[in-house]
Amino acid sequence: MLIVEGMPLLYLELAVGQRMRQGSIGAWRTISPYLSGVGVASVVVSFFLSMYYNVINAWAFWYLFHSFQDPLPWSVCPVNGNRTGYDEECEKATSTQYFWYRKTLNISPSIQENGAVQWEPALCLILAWLLVYLCILRGTESTGKVVYFTASLPYCVLLIYLIRGLTLHGATNGLVYMFTPKMEQLANPKAWINAATQIFFSLGLGFGSLIAFASYNEPSNDCQKHAIIVSLLNSSTSIFASVVTFSIYGFKATFNYESCLNKVILLLTNSFDLEDGFLTASNLEQVKGYLASAYPSKYNEVFPQIKNCSLETELDTAVQGTGLAFIVYTEAIKNMEVSQLWSVLYFFMLLMLGIGSMLGNTAAILTPLTDSKAISSYLPKEAISGLVCFVNCAIGMVFTTEAGNYWFDIFNDYAATLSLLLIVLVETVAVCYLYGLRRFESDLRAMTGRKLSWYWKAMWAGVSPLLIVSLFVFYLSDYIMTGTLRYQAWDASEGQLVTKDYPPYALAIIGLLVASSTMCIPLVALGTFITRCLKRGDTVPGA
Amino acid sequence: MLWLLFFLVTAIHAELCQPDGENAFKVRLSIRTALGDKAYAWDTNEEYLFKAMVAFSMRKVPNRETTEISHVLLCNVTQRVSFWFVVTDPSKTHTLPAVEIQSAIRMNRNRINNAFFLNDQTLEFLRIPSTLAPPTDPPVPIWIIIFGVIFCIVIVATMLLILSGIQQHRRKNEGPSEMEDTEDKCENTITVENGIPCDPLDMKGGHINDAFMTEDERLTPL
Repeated sequence: MLIVEGMPLLYLELAVGQRMRQGSIGAWRTISPYLSGVGVASVVVSFFLSMYYNVINAWAFWYLFHSFQDPLPWSVCPVNGNRTGYDEECEKATSTQYFWYRKTLNISPSIQENGAVQWEPALCLILAWLLVYLCILRGTESTGKVVYFTASLPYCVLLIYLIRGLTLHGATNGLVYMFTPKMEQLANPKAWINAATQIFFSLGLGFGSLIAFASYNEPSNDCQKHAIIVSLLNSSTSIFASVVTFSIYGFKATFNYESCLNKVILLLTNSFDLEDGFLTASNLEQVKGYLASAYPSKYNEVFPQIKNCSLETELDTAVQGTGLAFIVYTEAIKNMEVSQLWSVLYFFMLLMLGIGSMLGNTAAILTPLTDSKAISSYLPKEAISGLVCFVNCAIGMVFTTEAGNYWFDIFNDYAATLSLLLIVLVETVAVCYLYGLRRFESDLRAMTGRKLSWYWKAMWAGVSPLLIVSLFVFYLSDYIMTGTLRYQAWDASEGQLVTKDYPPYALAIIGLLVASSTMCIPLVALGTFITRCLKRGDTVPGA
Repeated sequence: MLWLLFFLVTAIHAELCQPDGENAFKVRLSIRTALGDKAYAWDTNEEYLFKAMVAFSMRKVPNRETTEISHVLLCNVTQRVSFWFVVTDPSKTHTLPAVEIQSAIRMNRNRINNAFFLNDQTLEFLRIPSTLAPPTDPPVPIWIIIFGVIFCIVIVATMLLILSGIQQHRRKNEGPSEMEDTEDKCENTITVENGIPCDPLDMKGGHINDAFMTEDERLTPL
């Protein structure tokens, strides 16, 4: 996926930005006036992304600030009213889930119940936006310096975590699980689809941020070398990070497996009044058999409560996205020694990564705005950045309401996926066929002095567009086959996630999200066509 | 006659203390889990200590100050270690109500635990819930303090940058301000470039173009 899709498209975007020397809107207008809609669509997608992405940074701040307590607030359940037991919701779910769903989000049972804006996440969101504003205040020169810091620090933290993770008890279980290929999963096309989508988002294709950054490069910069290096580094970082993730995952799974076993042992010891310490993990099965034969009636009573503990099921509970970062990892961290230190390190790294992504997004939005003469003649750069941050922060308050996490999931799943695929497809087709592959090749040779190898030409002209079209078709068919869209809601009385259907207005908003970015391309093309026709109509009678 | 009395007493004793009996409580100890190698064996002396602790707890209840160790009866001791106990009144005819025993044990739970080097989880009184420690809430939540610190730092840094930006702007306005935007981008490229910065010859306005210098000198001035 990386070689066939990631590298060629990355090289394409970097080359376009470097050649046109403008942000995404201007760059595509230069290629063909009908195509400035592509740039507009990129900016719209980046705008949606920056709206909801900073909420993750707000949550990371929240957890970071709460990591300075002993014991960590997500490791213990709060005590209930008359101090005889723990809070009911916390008992049913785990303490980390309770902290995430109740204390951090204060989530409502469904998306219809909006609730009020929670002031704690709102404060953290304001802080997150202030930090982003501070970094982009001076434009790309300050962003460049900040990125030195935000890009290198996570590597240090990952290294520390790698050493800590590999020395944890049970880490090898996770690593073995990671490296054993699961043949039935590889045969499932959904895995390949997810890999392709992951490469897209990981490299940041189609957002316009790459074009924006590349436009600041020297024209003679060798972007081919940079494209290859960046994509290889990106993938090796992913593998490095997943080694760390899986070792911590293995630790968590082993810990849960052993506590499950201990619970079963305790249950049997108490029901049959066996000697304390007699039952261990190794003789559990034998003793179970013996008890089943010796005391059949009592064993049958106890049997429904005995859980079948299995390491595989623990490892298979794969989670991704916000669930992984805030629930699974915090659960693993609370079981380590000196958990405050590890927690602070982890959330600091998460913040660095999140702020780094935000800088790219906001650069994608700001560069076209500052490039356009209309806006930048009225307002200085600082005011434009401030305005963008303020508008995004105000809209982001929606995600701090009680139903905010459900809206966040909507944006996360639908704002970017389809639109990006379409944008990148149009980009590739435009550069190869509308602008002309030979013309682009000669431009590149004039810029960098290198001849374009056949590999890139083959990829741009044939393979990558086909791949993107197939991804697109797959997503659409998947949606059509499943019918309606559903989401996971947190049920406080059960302490679990339940699946619910989206109400009609939420579906309408999803449609609006996807349409507003994809429709930019044809609408702007149509608009340019009409204005050209009108202009031609004006000039012809005159001449 | 004496034998009859003895049988009667043991019969009553057996009746009073029974598993699932009225006002009887089950106790469960997990000594090996709590102490590991330093675990002590549960023998009759430990049982005597337990009876003493229960009697002590009951004596703290108003109206029950005359409870003796002999009023506490243990039965069904298993290998677990678990057993049932009841507390009888001075006449040894009936047991004290469960509610009183519950409140007495709850109030002195800590002392009982410490006597056996155990805690609430390893010395369990079934049906007597333990009082959990209240959460220690500092007057100002810690996270707000840290939030305030970082917030102030960020605001101060932003103000500094904005002010210095405005100052630079004013200084530049006194000089030529036309080529500002494109020069901005070019200056950015020079700072961003990691290698040796080369001034592109055609970007600096107003400098003599070195490429044509020699030609000028070849032509002799008139």
